[in-house]
This record gives sequence, C-alpha cells and structure tokens, in this order.
Amino acid sequence: MAIALDVALAHLTSRKRQTLVSLTGVVLGVAFFLAVSSLMRGSEKDFIKRLVDNSPHITVYDDVRHGRAQPAELRWPDAAVSVRNVKPPRETRGIRGWPQRLEFIEALPGVRAAPVLAGAAVLTFAGRQQAVTLSGAIPEKMKQVTVIEEKMTAGSLDALAADPNGIVIGQGLVDKFALHMGSSVNVLAADGTSRPLRVVGIFRTGNAAYDEGQAFVLLKRAQALLGRENRVNRVIIQLADPYDARDVAQTIEAASGYKSVSWVEASEDILSLLLVRNVIMYSVVSAILVVAAFGIYNTISTIVMEKTRDIAIMKAMGFHARDLKRIFLLEGLIVGLIGSALGVLLGLVLMGALGQVAIRPPGVSEVVRLPVWWGAEQYALAVVFAMLSCLAASYLPARRAGAVHPVDILRGAA
Amino acid sequence: MSDAAAPAMPVIRVENVTRTLPGEVPVTLVRDVNLAIERGEFVCVMGPSGSGKSSLLYLLGLLDMPTSGRIWIDGEDTTRFDDDKLTDFRLARLGYVFQFHFLLAEFSVVDNVALPIRKLGRLSDDAAHDRAAQLLDRLGLEGQHAKRPSQLSGGQRQRVAIARALANDPLVILADEPTGNLDSAASANVRDVLRGLTRDLNKTVVAVTHDAQFAAAADRRIGIVDGRIDLAWRPA
Repeated sequence: MAIALDVALAHLTSRKRQTLVSLTGVVLGVAFFLAVSSLMRGSEKDFIKRLVDNSPHITVYDDVRHGRAQPAELRWPDAAVSVRNVKPPRETRGIRGWPQRLEFIEALPGVRAAPVLAGAAVLTFAGRQQAVTLSGAIPEKMKQVTVIEEKMTAGSLDALAADPNGIVIGQGLVDKFALHMGSSVNVLAADGTSRPLRVVGIFRTGNAAYDEGQAFVLLKRAQALLGRENRVNRVIIQLADPYDARDVAQTIEAASGYKSVSWVEASEDILSLLLVRNVIMYSVVSAILVVAAFGIYNTISTIVMEKTRDIAIMKAMGFHARDLKRIFLLEGLIVGLIGSALGVLLGLVLMGALGQVAIRPPGVSEVVRLPVWWGAEQYALAVVFAMLSCLAASYLPARRAGAVHPVDILRGAA
Repeated sequence: MSDAAAPAMPVIRVENVTRTLPGEVPVTLVRDVNLAIERGEFVCVMGPSGSGKSSLLYLLGLLDMPTSGRIWIDGEDTTRFDDDKLTDFRLARLGYVFQFHFLLAEFSVVDNVALPIRKLGRLSDDAAHDRAAQLLDRLGLEGQHAKRPSQLSGGQRQRVAIARALANDPLVILADEPTGNLDSAASANVRDVLRGLTRDLNKTVVAVTHDAQFAAAADRRIGIVDGRIDLAWRPA
C-alpha cells in the first residue's frame, strides 16, 4: 500500500494544475452541498418546530377508528355475516370515564395532558352574533399543554378558576364587538341554553380565524352550557419528546379504544412534502459532486494515458494488475479526502455566513435570520457522497490501467 | 550418480516454443524454438528487424506466453503458471533492461531502483533504499541518487535501469536493445556492465541487439530469422 500511495501522490503532485482543478471541483461540490443542505434542513426543522410547538402532540378524540363489532360477527368470525339496521345506542357523546383515562395518560413517561370539552356556541353582544368554538378547560392543565397563556394580552387562564362565569376570548372578537376586560357577553349553546359570561382574559395568536373564533371557559361551565355533564370530548397531550408522538398515540389508542391522532399523523401530507423536497434538494446538490467527479475522471484518465509505459514496465517488473488499479483508485481517494476536508471547512464558512443573513418578510415587523441547521449527518452525507463519486470516477481509469498488457506497450515503444 | 557429478541444469530451457498472434490472418512471431542457456552465460539474440528477436525475449521474460511448447526457468515449467505466479516469478527471479529506460520520471534515481525491492517486501523501506544505493554505487552512479532520471545522461539512465533490473538479485537479466539509444561510449559502458554481471555475479544475461560490437562481448550469439533459430545467421 505504501508503494501505491507513493506512486499515486507522485502522479498527482506532478500534475499540479489538473489536480488542483479536480480538487476545486470536489471542494466546491461539498461546500455547496453543505450550504444548501443546511438551509433546507434548517427551514424544515424550523417549520416542524413551529408545527409541534403550536399544536397538540397528540389529541384523543371521542371517536373510534372502526365501528364496534356486532355479537354475531364475533361469534362466527369466519362466516359471511350480514347484520342490518344496526342503530348505535343513543348516549351523550364524549370520552367515557375520562378522569380514569386521563390518569392513565398522565402516568405515561414524559406526558402532560389536559381534558377539553369543545363545542359550537354563539356569542352575542349588543345584537351582534359570532359563532365560536367554545372550549371548556381546566386552566392549570391547559397551561401545561398549550402556549395560549403566553399569548394572553390581558388577564389569564387562571382567572377562569377564580371566576366560574368568566370567559377568555381572542383579540379579533374583542375588536369586532368592541369589548374590553370585564365586558359581559352572552353565550348561546346549540340547544338554546344561554348564559352571560364576563371577559376575564384576552389572547392574541396572530391567527385571525383563531382569534375571532375561539373562546375558553371553565370545563364545568362548558359541560353545563353544552349539556354534556361530566363529559369531555378530547384530551390534548404534549410530550417531552414530540418525536415519540406516534408510539405514544398508539399506546393510548390501544388502551382506551378512542381515536388518538399524533401530530405526525395529522401532518402526514406536509411531512411527505418535506421529504420530497429533501429528495429534490439532495439530487440537485449531488449533481454538483457528479460534475466534480467528471473532473477527477478526466485527470486520472489523462494520467493513465500518459503513464501507459510506466504502467507496462511496472507490470513487467512484477506489479499485479490489482496493484496498478489500487494506485489509480488511491488517486481518486486522495482527491476525494482532501477535497472533502477542505469542502467541509468552506461549507462551515458558508453556513456561518448564511446564518448571519437577516431578512424581513413583507408585512412582518420582526427580522428573521436564515435557519441554518448544523447537524452532523449532513457532513457525513456530503463526505460519503463525495468519496463515492471520486472512487467511481477513478474506477474506470484504474480498471484500464490494470488491463494494460506490457508486451503491447513494449512492442509499440521499441 | 552424485550431485557433484550431475550436469548443470540450464537456467533457461525452451522446448518447441511457438507464438502465434490470433486474428483473421494469424501471425507467427516465434516458430518451434528450442534453446538452452546456462547459468552465468551472456547470450545475444540477433537477427534482422521483425525476425522475432524481441518476441522471443518477451517469451523468455514471461511477459508473453507461448501458443505451444514449454519454457523452463530455474527448473520450473513456467507455462503452467497462472497470471499471479508469473508476476511474482518475474519480480523475484527476472530483471529487465529495455531500449528505453522506462524509469518513473516523478521518482528519484534511488527510489526507482528501490521500487521492485519494496514491492518484493523482503526488506524494509530503509533497507531497500540502502540496497538500491549500493547497486547504483556499484554501477558508477555515486552522487546521482537523489537526481531525477531527466537530470541524467542516456548512458547513466540505462545504468540506473540495469541497477533496477538487479534490484531483487535475479537469476536472469533480459535486455532488449539496451544500447539502441546510446552513443558508442555509453554503449561500451553498458556492454561492459552486463558482461561484468555474468563474470562477477554469475548472472545470466540474454540480450537482443543489432549492435555487432555489443554482441562480440557475448559468450554466444543466437541468430533468428522469420521466428526460427538460424545457427548460420551472421550480421551483415
């Protein structure tokens, strides 16, 4: 191996300009690979973080994925059973025995949960009406699983616990109805039940539809208004590690029977889109390295052509075909290694520079920095791809060198 | 019969060797050659251009394989060797000198000579360089070790090529027109060096040459015409 390395280095150093051009191709390829990859992955991570932070990691609904099996189907599982005119029992909808289920969920490691009863209601004030989603919650638990408390511009969720007739509404509704803290609004449920409630908190999320269409009351108050005593119709869950959501959701669904939807399942289409985007991005940046590989192929091919006599005499002296192949593969490997190392360094500089770029999207007052991801796997990916490209580029010339027949060359030279 | 009384086995024995290049019109380069060369013998192969001299040398040097016939070197039937064995045999037992020196331009003189020693792997890299330096000194190339081949004269380069051929202490040196590119003084020097190898080191030298003066120093001259050995052939 030492001889092969000596010869490979001698070949490369004797053609400094060609080697430098090949090397530059790999350096730029790896650097741009890293720069683009860090930006794309950075924006992906940023997007997912926003997705995960602003929505429940898991939501347990008062619903089931599959209808309950009929006794006849259970009795004769292999038979062609047809049960007609099945009517589900009339009952108040909601998660049955939710305190026990909540206890089970909260006992799972790294899990925080809050029961919610959400239903449609109409807010009326001074003859004006607005349909809202009324969410009954336990303030103490709700604060643990949502960021709504951080979005409060006046009052707090805790005020609901102190005032059972309180309501927390969004800034959109406040603006629309010209309300203020302490204003009294009337809440009308679907069955006609109506109750005046006092504004004890105002939130602003920036999402206009949410700020106009969402209201929070105490869970007991919502149960009374919506006519669903002792029921909740969803449990909102946050996890210590959001990426455990799929597994935890399966565990909860298996134990409770209620449909548990993780954020991964709820955002499957977006995550698929991100995956496709990554495939496209890596295909494009890899193309740079493929082009760089052509430079290496050209350099090593030229060396093989120019050194045919040397190759012939080395074979005549007692070098095996595999020894000659190794020399030229090493040349590709050396260019790949040095190019990758320098490319990673240049890539880090580019990534640092991109991380400093500040932009202000139209209509947004906050300055946003480009999201750069510094994860280790992209370096490994860039280096592995660069090395494979270099080896592939040197393989054909190396094979040609190994196939040189000394006599053919010596006859020609004589 | 005791070993001492046994006749010395020829270092090279060629038996009914024919080499034909395949093709639409097959070309026979060497035809039905029989030959025996003793240890320490200096043999020149001569003949007109295209007569098959170099082809015979490539066969003796195991760079080419006969279409038929057998070649024994040091008692081993080399026609039975596979490619790996042939390569290893060439490295350890044979040395080559060509009309063109074929030294690696990027390497120093001493590195060129050390290359086959390092490849054989019996000596460390340092020891290989020491041996290469000794060989160069023996061939009158003191003080030239660190130079590149391009910095030497034609005669010096050819002596470096001879030193490289001797690197692994081979049984046989095969030389193809070793003085073909040299002036008369350098030719005489190379001839004397090769002659010295047979006398002083008991090496066998087989050289193809057109040079009658060079051939005059040989123990034996073999004529070859149209691929056949022609004992009656004499240079014009």
